[in-house]
Amino acid sequence: MKHRSPSEQHHGKRPRVPAAAASASPQDGMEDKAPSNPRELTQNPLKKIWMPCKNGLPEKHISQRKVCMTNCPTLIVTVGLPARGKTYISKKLTRYLNWIGVPTREFNVGQYRREFVKIYKSFEFFRPDNEEGLKIRRQCASAALNDVRQYLTEEGGQVAVFDATNTTRERRETIIQFAEQNGFKVFFVESVCEDPDVIQENIVQVKLGSPDYTNCNTEEAVEDFMKRIKCYENSYETLDEVLDRDLSYIKIMDVGQRYLVNRVLDHIQSRIVYYLMNIHITPRSIYLCRHGESELNVKGRIGGDSGLTPRGKEFAKKLSQFIQAQSISDLKVWTSQMKRTIQTAEALSVPYEQWKVLNEIDAGVCEEMMYEEIQDHYPLEFALRDQDKYRYRYPKGESYEDLVQRLEPVIMELERQENVLVICHQAVMRCLLAYFLDKTAEELPYLKCPLHTVLKLTPVAYGCKVESISLNVDAVNTHRERPENVNIHRTTEDALQTVPAHL
Amino acid sequence: MMRGCSSRAKQNQDRAVCMTNCPTLIVTVGLPARGKTYISKKLTRYLNWIGVPTREFNVGQYRREFVKIYKSFEFFRPDNEEGLKIRRQCASAALNDVRQYLTEEGGQVAVFDATNTTRERRETIIQFAEQNGFKVFFVESVCEDPDVIQENIVQVKLGSPDYTNCNTEEAVEDFMKRIKCYENSYETLDEVLDRDLSYIKIMDVGQRYLVNRVLDHIQSRIVYYLMNIHITPRSIYLCRHGESELNVKGRIGGDSGLTPRGKEFAKKLSQFIQAQSISDLKVWTSQMKRTIQTAEALSVPYEQWKVLNEIDAGVCEEMMYEEIQDHYPLEFALRDQDKYRYRYPKGESYEDLVQRLEPVIMELERQENVLVICHQAVMRCLLAYFLDKTAEELPYLKCPLHTVLKLTPVAYGCKVESISLNVDAVNTHRERPENVNIHRTTEDALQTVPAHL
Repeated sequence: MKHRSPSEQHHGKRPRVPAAAASASPQDGMEDKAPSNPRELTQNPLKKIWMPCKNGLPEKHISQRKVCMTNCPTLIVTVGLPARGKTYISKKLTRYLNWIGVPTREFNVGQYRREFVKIYKSFEFFRPDNEEGLKIRRQCASAALNDVRQYLTEEGGQVAVFDATNTTRERRETIIQFAEQNGFKVFFVESVCEDPDVIQENIVQVKLGSPDYTNCNTEEAVEDFMKRIKCYENSYETLDEVLDRDLSYIKIMDVGQRYLVNRVLDHIQSRIVYYLMNIHITPRSIYLCRHGESELNVKGRIGGDSGLTPRGKEFAKKLSQFIQAQSISDLKVWTSQMKRTIQTAEALSVPYEQWKVLNEIDAGVCEEMMYEEIQDHYPLEFALRDQDKYRYRYPKGESYEDLVQRLEPVIMELERQENVLVICHQAVMRCLLAYFLDKTAEELPYLKCPLHTVLKLTPVAYGCKVESISLNVDAVNTHRERPENVNIHRTTEDALQTVPAHL
Repeated sequence: MMRGCSSRAKQNQDRAVCMTNCPTLIVTVGLPARGKTYISKKLTRYLNWIGVPTREFNVGQYRREFVKIYKSFEFFRPDNEEGLKIRRQCASAALNDVRQYLTEEGGQVAVFDATNTTRERRETIIQFAEQNGFKVFFVESVCEDPDVIQENIVQVKLGSPDYTNCNTEEAVEDFMKRIKCYENSYETLDEVLDRDLSYIKIMDVGQRYLVNRVLDHIQSRIVYYLMNIHITPRSIYLCRHGESELNVKGRIGGDSGLTPRGKEFAKKLSQFIQAQSISDLKVWTSQMKRTIQTAEALSVPYEQWKVLNEIDAGVCEEMMYEEIQDHYPLEFALRDQDKYRYRYPKGESYEDLVQRLEPVIMELERQENVLVICHQAVMRCLLAYFLDKTAEELPYLKCPLHTVLKLTPVAYGCKVESISLNVDAVNTHRERPENVNIHRTTEDALQTVPAHL
């Protein structure tokens, strides 16, 4: 798994090359028989990445690119009748790709339509014989594609999700040509479903609350929407095994019971297919919490592998009571391989699984130090961390960016599972929470995850409901806000301004 | 994904991996020469490498052991009563061994490799699995491309024990007739009739896949793996960084730069790579200085992977073996007792390394020609995957400095060429000493430490 941060891309236009040639990246000096003198290396102070340099300054080189998931941008195109989960899939996929570091944005044509046609009257707008409606819809699709082009070619986007019905081969052909002109790869995601219960539930969950139906009652809205679906049905041309055999696509049938996958071309498409095949819509809740308060916590020290304080043990007991009171069916419990999370889980008296990848962020040379000591021994490092907490890697340690990469299998398994309680650590919990709540890399390292508090996440509509439940056991605060002064020449006082109180 | 279980877990108590609650029976489906055995062996190798005890059961093998001498395709004629009886017995014998492996020998996945082309045969297997509490997952390979089938026959059938006494023409002709014997009764997995089964149908060597009812984590991983492998000819080059400053001092880990000899190796590597004239070569390194320095000499683009970093020796980082024995004699002995599972304090084990390298293996499967410049323990793990080495063998695989291993998939396995680039380097390979007892003398402990400055 490789990540790309937008800052590491080449500035200006990326060369537009067809897919086949794109993989043959320009290779410097391949014509020379005698190898040139290798360049000097310097280590980037923030991310601790070794890079070639000239006269002490980093040199731009393709080796700087940490992510080469795909050589050219990818356009994901949804296909399917209304109420088949296209927007659900689009939003979820976008959230996942951004979390793993692939700049992605979704473009919902319905949104463009709502901005254009201020007030939605009825399904009549979507009638196939409504010339005015067709014209507007075509314009909206074009406007969206235009924004797609801008995002992928000028704004550093790597994947765009074009969310619309795209139910005719003609419309899809237009999109394919658009992509070819711009050097984008196309991957179709079709959702096919005829189960009336699923469609009904879909309408209740996300359509009734749509801006289109703010002034209708439930019955009117459902009736209108069913007629809307009918407008598309006659002209619907599903992706065909023979006619569309040269396209790259996944056809999701009956909410994931069956999949047809055709011509997966590259790494990112392979990851997208894997992700789509692991998500489900069965209602469930995910509980996230940290271990109980630990000995090193109260001393204001980071990292390490200490045990729980008496208050931490109290929390573990309360957690057990809380879990039992929730009466969760078939709850899985996961911990890290550090003593404090395992001690916490032990109090629950239920089976649990230990995951090494859930271990707290490795603070390298700063392990078990207090912030005061880090400032004392490594003032430059301390400042760099405050400048870019997401990308900053501790010397001989990890960054939040590294943490996200190592947590990806956890997220994938959480998607597969149903009810799960994850007992983990502050930085780890921030990463997991950022995935579920769609937080940016800038927000992630400052998410509030206090000790002795359980977050209950329940998927609802297109997002996630969060309930924060404090179990009312006092604990030290371990949250250090970003100080005002992040300059590497700042005073010790400025550096330690936001350090929380400890023994 | 390997996870330790709580000591109080009521189910799966001693199982290190909780991927699935009950054993899984993978069943291949397809006409002869569709790659079923290739898939079976590869999948088995992958699952074992990631820590899921897996074994394949090839019914053709059972048949060869029973019917000592293969005469001709006539054995497979659908009207050959004697042949049918023997084949049914062989399938039963294989299923019996499957049951023993999964219920008594700690197996977690069994791959039942046979044509299984009729619904009737598959129903028998499903019932067998139900009786024993196994989950069933079908893997069907469908292909009608005559070139692919021909290449398949050339690669793996001509060398089969069945055809040792035939020339190529005779063998091909007989095998084609063998395929014909199955064609009339072939019932492919059907979207409607088999909608309640869990399966993946691989079409045209991976151009298209149909996936139905994936039930659990292990099936999901199997599907992901099968969708990433390909059969396009290519080579994978593995080597370590050039000799490093810490290498010559006999110190492990760290992030030091290359010695002059190490730089010499990097130059030689560049010449070697150019001489190989590899089309479209991808070069990968770790994020440690010594592999990057080595790659820099190639003057080609390369990608840095943090997960290719050397094993983390925790508190023993940058120590000499003599110092480890001095400071941590118990740890040193434990490591010699079980080098695969031993985890350095605040560090990693080989077992951990395999888990973190899994995405590299997956991407190597997707790619074509790749050169991976990595480290001793990392290279051992990758090599063990390609050469199907056990957990016991893995930590002792020989991966000397300044030597390139060229791996080329052939038939059901991997050809290895070891190319030394003739630049001297210190030896960093420490064999397992005779005495691994925790009370051993320092002399015994340091017996196999290679020479250094």
